Amino acid sequence: MEWETVIGLEVHVSLSTKSKLFSGSSTEFGAQPNTQASIFDCALPGTLPVFNEEALRMAVRFGVAIGAEIGKRSVFDRKNYFYPDLPKGYQVTQLDFPTVGKGALTVTLADGSEKIIGVTRAHIEENAGKSLHEEFSGMSGIDLNRAGEPLLEIVSEPEITCAEEAVAYLKKLHTIIRYLDISDAIMAQGSMRCDVNVSIRPKGATELGTRAEIKNINSFRFVEKAIHSEVARQQEILEDGGRIIQETRRYNADKDETSSMRSKEVANDYRYFPEPDLLPVVIDDEYIAAVTAQLPELPDARKARFIEDYSLSNYDAGVLVSSRELAEYYEIVATASGDSKLAANWVSQDLLGLLNKHNWEIADSPIQAVRLATLIARIKDNTISGKIAKTVFESMISDESDVDAIIESKGLKQVTDSGEIEKLVLEVIEKNPAQVQQYKDGKEQVIGFLVGQCMQLSKGKANPAQVNELLREKMQ
Amino acid sequence: MALDKTEVEKIAHLARLHISESETHEVTTRITDILALIDQMQSVDTNAVEPLAHPLDLVQRLRADKITEEDQRDKLQQLAPASEDGLYLVPKVLD
Repeated sequence: MEWETVIGLEVHVSLSTKSKLFSGSSTEFGAQPNTQASIFDCALPGTLPVFNEEALRMAVRFGVAIGAEIGKRSVFDRKNYFYPDLPKGYQVTQLDFPTVGKGALTVTLADGSEKIIGVTRAHIEENAGKSLHEEFSGMSGIDLNRAGEPLLEIVSEPEITCAEEAVAYLKKLHTIIRYLDISDAIMAQGSMRCDVNVSIRPKGATELGTRAEIKNINSFRFVEKAIHSEVARQQEILEDGGRIIQETRRYNADKDETSSMRSKEVANDYRYFPEPDLLPVVIDDEYIAAVTAQLPELPDARKARFIEDYSLSNYDAGVLVSSRELAEYYEIVATASGDSKLAANWVSQDLLGLLNKHNWEIADSPIQAVRLATLIARIKDNTISGKIAKTVFESMISDESDVDAIIESKGLKQVTDSGEIEKLVLEVIEKNPAQVQQYKDGKEQVIGFLVGQCMQLSKGKANPAQVNELLREKMQ
Repeated sequence: MALDKTEVEKIAHLARLHISESETHEVTTRITDILALIDQMQSVDTNAVEPLAHPLDLVQRLRADKITEEDQRDKLQQLAPASEDGLYLVPKVLD
């Protein structure tokens, strides 16, 4: 039987406010355990929550960025469950009236096609603390620093049909969140986490199959692998005549398989009810307009501008806008070098290749945008050839001196002196009589071989255009 | 609507309440009585009434995003039955 996959994603993003959602405790990363857990976060009797205006602004900022309906009246609810890292015994979240309603993201797939994936909602909620189960002979240790930190949970429509689309959606979400500067969204550090709902059904069926929820996946690659392995598991069960149980599963990357998790609460009975300690949050059109006016240029708009202003291909523009830092880096290189296409090649191939190899971010790059621009300018003004530029680029990684100084000190300047080039050309003509004869007999493509010989002889320093011209002249 | 014994046991488990075998019957009767009251309330026609999220007709005040709390870990951990290395210790939980 042919099957089709239905995927919905729930993404938790840690909002980068300075203080917590409902208390004035710091959210600074990496503090000593429980030093950022005040009486509010420990849920001491008599404490009451007060809502952080910046968390609201960030949620609305995300909402308008994805063209979502904004909840002008949002209501907080209690989600009740017992776990030691949740001292109140409930999580404050938004059930029926979230701050962000229906919106959508446009994702680009590997074949260049685009797909619109709906966002059902995004609601504001508080994070729980951390439980450490290992080191305390028979006891668990609880760190409440994270308790009460603001989260935005972004829920997609079940419109994703394969692992590739799921990853494209996540990457787009990640890019937008970074452009908006509302979260670090670093999956490895937990500031962006993903729960994946997966079900399969016979191809063409309209009813959804029973789904499994895979919790807390912490990298794009694992999302992809977890979906593949979960789809295979469900397919095997159904084809053997079994049925899928609705449950929470975890993905084990070492074994590349999902396994059942004991659920936190029997039958997930969270007994939601409106949070009596918080009043409804009301915002007006003016508030939304003010947040909209402060939006930065978003990835889709920037991509369109790059294609238009810098004559880039759809693909190159897509790569360059994939992170805000990379896009900003590229714009400096393109403007300062005066050649936007050459700049695109160098940034998307050489620079990104270098960064990926060392697992560096743009901010860690040993080659600043202005230096790369100078290097490209030297190719343009014929000081060096494109090939020699690669050697200079390599040197620039460890050598912080001026680009021109590196070219000078390594003697890499392109030979443009026609006397010297003539010497090379004559030598090559003399050494390769057979090829020269072929050229004279009309075999035009031999010129490539002869130019190559000249370049080799000059150790890459001759200007290839001049070599080409002079060769043709001498062989006439 | 009447509750049976298993449902009461489940609710007690969710609320982390211990109800002894001998109390189960009485608790079941009392909750069933409360549910009867709710049934009575539900028979009221509320079609023209907006759902209420909060009894007060007020709007939430917002707080500026500022750090106003200081570290009071040592004080707070004096209240806890057990702590170690700055962590609160609780009976082992596995999930």
